[in-house]
Amino acid sequence: MALLDVKNLSVKFDTNDGEVTAVQNFTFSIDKGETLAIVGESGSGKSQSVYAIMGLLAKNGHATGSALFEGREILNLGTKEMNKIRANDISMIFQDAMTSLNPYLRVSTQMAEVLMQHKGVSKSEAIRQSIDMLDAVKIPEAKARIRMYPHEFSGGMRQRVMIAMALLCYPKLLIADEPTTALDVTVQAQIMQLLRDIQKEFGTAIILITHDLGVVAGSCDETLVMYGGQVMEEGDTEHLFETPTHPYTMGLLKAIPRLDQAGERLDTIRGNPPNMMNMPVGCPFTARCDFATEQCRDEKPPLIGSPHHRRACHRTVEELA
Amino acid sequence: MSAPVKLLSVHNLSVDFDISSEGDMPWTKPRKLHAVVDVSFDLEAGETLGIVGESGCGKSTLARGISRMLPASAGRSVWMGEDLLTMGKAEIRGHRKEIQFIFQDPLASLNPRMTIGQIIAEPLKTHFPRTSKTELRSRVREMMEKVGLLPNLVNRYPHEFSGGQCQRIGIARALITKPKLVICDEPVSALDVSIQAQVINLLMDLQEEMGLALIFIAHDLAVVKHISTRIMVLYLGNIVELADAEKLYETPRHPYTQALISAVPIPDPKIERNKEIILIEGDLPSPINPPSGCVFRTRCARVKDICAVEKPPLKLVADGHQVACHFHD
Repeated sequence: MALLDVKNLSVKFDTNDGEVTAVQNFTFSIDKGETLAIVGESGSGKSQSVYAIMGLLAKNGHATGSALFEGREILNLGTKEMNKIRANDISMIFQDAMTSLNPYLRVSTQMAEVLMQHKGVSKSEAIRQSIDMLDAVKIPEAKARIRMYPHEFSGGMRQRVMIAMALLCYPKLLIADEPTTALDVTVQAQIMQLLRDIQKEFGTAIILITHDLGVVAGSCDETLVMYGGQVMEEGDTEHLFETPTHPYTMGLLKAIPRLDQAGERLDTIRGNPPNMMNMPVGCPFTARCDFATEQCRDEKPPLIGSPHHRRACHRTVEELA
Repeated sequence: MSAPVKLLSVHNLSVDFDISSEGDMPWTKPRKLHAVVDVSFDLEAGETLGIVGESGCGKSTLARGISRMLPASAGRSVWMGEDLLTMGKAEIRGHRKEIQFIFQDPLASLNPRMTIGQIIAEPLKTHFPRTSKTELRSRVREMMEKVGLLPNLVNRYPHEFSGGQCQRIGIARALITKPKLVICDEPVSALDVSIQAQVINLLMDLQEEMGLALIFIAHDLAVVKHISTRIMVLYLGNIVELADAEKLYETPRHPYTQALISAVPIPDPKIERNKEIILIEGDLPSPINPPSGCVFRTRCARVKDICAVEKPPLKLVADGHQVACHFHD
């Protein structure tokens, strides 16, 4: 059984200008100890899909479909029930550690709270375990630093504190929403290394949400590419990067300047991302796709293929060559 | 082409900020934060100089110091034979049209109450107040076409455009005075990959067409290498290495540059998973209280006693390749 099995997840928001569909028919699963990357540009629905699973949608948002965690339905669970799953089974880290930590409370208070709430341990025991966890994420002098406030840490250290906090109850699944986007490359390398080490040590499954394909290449088993709220292609990372079979994935990989290649003119994807208020009926990528036909405009392509590679495109792989 | 013309020549430029700390009396002398320390380089016409470094290393401050948008505390910035830092206010205003800026946040750098036609025309109106209305209109249309915006959008407001389009507006505004140098401060950092490629191509096309020199600041080394002829690596306000873009990537000589390059993820799982990353330990020291001697010594694997005592000078080690390290490769 998969650790998390998401089927036909859709996320909609009621706004003053009408209903906006942020995620449509999102289906994926992740196994124990696996790393899955969800990549996509801003507005592609990558964050909202996991917010829906975690029950963190804004008030005007609602999710439909199903999300089975170890066989149990967790989508749209009540707050009380969901709180038992959060931190214990699934935890989440966010892009900006400074705004995710409480600036008024010492790190010790914030970390101990998690354990006291979820495990019912005493404060002194909670702090002892928190210090161990700060050690595990390689924060030097953890014993002294746990007494500090978030602003006293550097960006990279703050992200380590968040990771430590997320791991306190040894969750089976860690969702990392752009964990290194706000960090410098040298710090990013440290944090990604840390996540890999932690995965080895604790056997945590990780869902990594990012727009950086380089980060994905370094540490994810499976990659899922989203565009306009829908999955365009999904597959084994190595295979997907070597032989992308969806026009969007192909275009994306060609559009990135690479450090290891000489600077020729970049290939671009023409046009702009679709307006979420006014999504096309067919494939969301139609307007920017070089291979689009009438069918693409009128009809949504289904996401089909083998368990290790799925794509949503009306055109066959041969036609795209 | 004739011998390259030196467009800009920066000598020993330093920029300091006054920092007052909590509990200081009004008469307490403020402490100095050395944002840019003793930076020298030349820029030729039509060339692109990339500036890379981590946040807080002084990239943007350097760019502002060169153009006197911020007062420099020492040094000279010689623009076509004249020092920008000592000339009078009226004189420098005359040169502003030759040096233009493009900023990171495309929406925040455009006035939300002006139409994009007004935004793009403003530099022309400021620097050439006698331009007639018809001339203004035709120049704005021409510029909009050049950056790939439909001229019939001229009366729209910035919020009606996407991030990539706003950046095109920013580029049009910067180029309408026909500058010789455009300083691009993280121009593509806020854009999505597919849009980023469009803007980079546009900048490179316009550079060729108009013979612009660019100073291209970014933290993304891959983008900088793609667009630049030469790259300057800054660490804590100091140049640690300056070399041709290809050379810097192929044979980085400073330990910091080597670590920086190894940390850049490459979107190819086969390469990325097998490459060796040089992890730098610890955090960036505070620029208020920088380490003595070499600024990188607190995190350097090659550190020896001399590094704490003597600051390594930026010296020429190969053709056009400058490094500031006692133990460089």
